[in-house]
Amino acid sequence: MPKGNDIFLQNVSKVVVFIILAFALYLFFTGHGSPGGGFIAGLMTAGALLLLALSFDIETVRKVVPVDYKLLTAAGLLIALCTGTGALFFGEPFLKHAFGYFDLPLLGKTELHTALIFDLGVYLAVIGVTMTILLTIGEDN
Amino acid sequence: MEVIAAVVVGILFAVGIYLILTQDLLRIVLGTSLMTHAVHLLLMAMAGLKGGAAPLLDRGKEEFADPLPQALILTSIVINFGITAFFLVLSYRAYQKLDTTDMDQLRSESSRHRGRSR
Amino acid sequence: MSLLHLLTLSPFLIAALIPLLGKAVPRLHKGWFVAALSAALFTILLGYSADIRGGSPVIESFDWIPTLGISFTVYLDGLSLLFALLITGMGALVAVYSVAYMNPEEEDLTRFYILLLIFMGAMLGLVLSDNLLTLYGFWELTSVSSFLLIGYNHAKHRSRYGALKSLLITMTGGVGLLSGFILLYVMSGTYRIRELFEAGAPLVSEPLFLPAMLLILLGAFTKSAQYPFHIWLPDAMEAPTPVSAYLHSATMVKAGLYLVARLSPIFAGTSEWFWFVSLGGLVTLLYGSVGAVKQTDLKGILAYSTISQLGLIMCLLGLSSLAGVFDGEERLLYAAAGTAAVFHLLNHAAFKGALFMVAGIVDHEAGTRDIRKLGGLVQVMPVTFTISAFGALSMAGLPPFGGFLSKEMFLEAVIEPLHAGIFRLETWALLFPVIAWIASVFTFIYSALLVVRTFLGRRQEALSEAKIHEAPPLMLIPPALLAVLALALGLFPGLVAYSLIRPAAEAILPIVQASGERMPSDIKLWHGFTPALWMTVGIVATGTVLALTARRWIGLYSLFPPRLSINRLYDASLRFFERITVRVTSLYMNGSSRSYVKYILGFMLLVLGFILFNSTGITFRVGAYAQIAPYEWFILLGLTASALSVPFAKSRPVAIILTGAAGYLMTLMFVFLRAPDLALTQMVVESISVTLYLLCFYHLPKLRTERQAAKFRLPNFLVAVAVGVLVTLISLAVLGTNPFDPVSDYYVRESYESAGGKNIVNVILVDFRGFDTMLEIMVLGVASLGIYNMIKLRRKATDVGSRHVTHEGEEADDEAARLRKAQYGHDGPDAQPEDMPQSRTEGGEPDAER
Repeated sequence: MPKGNDIFLQNVSKVVVFIILAFALYLFFTGHGSPGGGFIAGLMTAGALLLLALSFDIETVRKVVPVDYKLLTAAGLLIALCTGTGALFFGEPFLKHAFGYFDLPLLGKTELHTALIFDLGVYLAVIGVTMTILLTIGEDN
Repeated sequence: MEVIAAVVVGILFAVGIYLILTQDLLRIVLGTSLMTHAVHLLLMAMAGLKGGAAPLLDRGKEEFADPLPQALILTSIVINFGITAFFLVLSYRAYQKLDTTDMDQLRSESSRHRGRSR
Repeated sequence: MSLLHLLTLSPFLIAALIPLLGKAVPRLHKGWFVAALSAALFTILLGYSADIRGGSPVIESFDWIPTLGISFTVYLDGLSLLFALLITGMGALVAVYSVAYMNPEEEDLTRFYILLLIFMGAMLGLVLSDNLLTLYGFWELTSVSSFLLIGYNHAKHRSRYGALKSLLITMTGGVGLLSGFILLYVMSGTYRIRELFEAGAPLVSEPLFLPAMLLILLGAFTKSAQYPFHIWLPDAMEAPTPVSAYLHSATMVKAGLYLVARLSPIFAGTSEWFWFVSLGGLVTLLYGSVGAVKQTDLKGILAYSTISQLGLIMCLLGLSSLAGVFDGEERLLYAAAGTAAVFHLLNHAAFKGALFMVAGIVDHEAGTRDIRKLGGLVQVMPVTFTISAFGALSMAGLPPFGGFLSKEMFLEAVIEPLHAGIFRLETWALLFPVIAWIASVFTFIYSALLVVRTFLGRRQEALSEAKIHEAPPLMLIPPALLAVLALALGLFPGLVAYSLIRPAAEAILPIVQASGERMPSDIKLWHGFTPALWMTVGIVATGTVLALTARRWIGLYSLFPPRLSINRLYDASLRFFERITVRVTSLYMNGSSRSYVKYILGFMLLVLGFILFNSTGITFRVGAYAQIAPYEWFILLGLTASALSVPFAKSRPVAIILTGAAGYLMTLMFVFLRAPDLALTQMVVESISVTLYLLCFYHLPKLRTERQAAKFRLPNFLVAVAVGVLVTLISLAVLGTNPFDPVSDYYVRESYESAGGKNIVNVILVDFRGFDTMLEIMVLGVASLGIYNMIKLRRKATDVGSRHVTHEGEEADDEAARLRKAQYGHDGPDAQPEDMPQSRTEGGEPDAER
């Protein structure tokens, strides 16, 4: 991974990374109602981290987000799988989702959906996969 | 527009196939990428491009673009990313080990390598 | 499912459980499980014998693949019962014997006994099936398990050679057998043996009758090692001795005899059947007995002897088919051959099993099976000597052993055709007694040599120094039982004559029973001064003289030119076919994956093009398409231009950036085609991909600077253009053809109602088609792990291009190493690279990079 020393890029990315991450979270949570979802949000998050890695270096990324991305992939897969299996306990077919509308403080009327948990699995798995690939290649010498 | 899209799909396919048949590993990877684009365009075109809104409900629209090909393509884009990355790293490793990305040289190189290292 | 089904399938069940059972009781030799199962099955089967003797066969049906008319029907009549008893009885004895023979510390017992059980199950299934296709399936399963058991010592070249030989020959026969069965089905419309019998006489006049018969006989002859397909049996002796005793003398090789006997009711009475079966058997009988005399390996002698005895039984089965032609008293005379066949089958199992086990004992104790090195063992192994003397006397056909009786019956049966006067027997009938007599003389000689050279005479120096002692009792009991049986069959033939032999013989020749007679089964030790007895006296006299002078005339064998042997023919044809296959394959399999891609594309062009131009339902609709906006023109043109320029790009970065441009243009395209999710995803993916490409260049700067445009190649260009045109045509065809309503209406309708989401694409992804998405992220996970492995764990595998991971401490014998060297041109995949040890620790842990 190139060792960046571009002050301008570094300072801009410090801000931009957070904007992208926030946008990614927004995309993730609104995915069921408007464009977005686990895939896009996951890729977007990985993109933000990639920007961080490009403008600083991989060590920075490791320091900021000290996660083993392989484990993240596994966790994502596990969450997705468990969501699917959960339906089996209610006598429903595999991956059958349930949802309902709740009145939550601050948020008002909110839709809570098990599909969101599944999407969380997708989200984590996509981040894990993308970052594993990028970091593996980036660290190779 | 569909007819033109179909022609573009054909061109993208032809270029992709031609690249896959070259000797350079990297161009083969690029060829698969181009073919993926071709397939995406094909799927979109086959569903009909005649309009309607984006497939989002509750926005005051009644006609929608076909959501099914879009879901298929979304899956395909992400899978293609994984496959491209895998191919790329494969050729990267091949070059690291054998100093070439030429398919024909790789073949003779790897057999020579195997013979020598024993 | 009935008890009989369960009985047939139980060996497979136990085979699956053997590893677990072995773990549960680790100190118990695994052979005991097999012995216990076989003994239990034997007892259960004996329980059926009363029914069978009363003339009521047991039949149980179980539909397996009803649509193909394949049912697993178990049919137990006299013949099946005899074989089933043979299989389980011998199985029990062999298993007990193997407990002493197979050393649990040196041998892979689990594999051995699993294979043995699979064989036993297959053999039981074979003799109990009433459906020809099930029979065929079990038939091939016996070949496969025999192949694996012969190759049990897979490190030895001879084992692998013998295993392959047996597999190739018996499988060739198997293919013939299947074709024959299918021809029978074509003629009669049924695969069920029972129904085939009923179809009966009209089949004979069918034009396919003869081909079907020949193909089925090919299967039977290859399996039962009949001349000239016998060559696999001597090489099969590489198997452990219990296997030789079980598969290659008592059971599997008799499957061919079983088949001939089983299908006799269909084919018997025709001259072709008579001549092929009886003459094939007769030639094999002579060839085997003559060949056995020159063998020096104990198991070699026994192998050739088995070939010859199988020929004898085959010949008897052929002779018995004459019963179908005659009536009344004469019919019974010829039918006696059938009784003799069944009786000899039983005798052979007894004496040959005992002799094989003795050969194993000698090998085990003296360390060699070469009769030139053996001798004088009688002083140290008196029990073993007694057993082998019993076996050999029965084999030579001397009273009062069972072998004497069946040999007498055989000699009587070969004299009988002299009076037949049909099938051109007037001219050729003399062949039978003459050849039979000569073969019997040789049988006497090798039986004598076998015992005399091993146990009598002076001990060789090498052996006299070694401490040879009697085998452990466990090893002696099974052959001793068989030896006693060989004697009992001679002294009290009535024990089995009516309970086992007559039902079996009647199953071979149902025509006898149909005419209201019973099969002649009065077997007596003394039956007066018949011509057969005089022949026996002649055999003993001539045989004794020749055996005493054997050393003087044994040199005659070397006069036979080795170039003409069938083994040479087999080896040469194998080499020939290997060469041809390699040549033909390398015509198109040139190792270049580009060529393979071209084949695939060419085939795709052919098939899809053909369908496209031959289907009537496809229309190319023109008009009624969406309007094209100017910016869309711009995007599509840009897409075409960037794609077209990729092949012309000289440097790789330019090619990558052009491809990236195509990707970003696709993003724009998605925006205009109202697919916001796709646009977002494509944009991010494209950015990350380009970064990935450039990262690779960052680490390999040389790769970036290599400048070379792709060379223009006309064939590739033509293939590419053809595929492009075809895809365009297909997409136009799809546009113009609407065979059914789009399914997406359902998703649009139900997205909010039943899934509670407004972004239909996302709802499809996580809800309607959630399973796809889950598998997709799994694919991604696998890809990322693959990349991680390639980069981080690279030194774990031995080297590039080697698919083998090193097994430490693997010891192969010199022979295998030599062969591998010949095959790979070096020491093979098992050689150790030097950097092996430290690479295990480096990068092996996932957290090592932190």
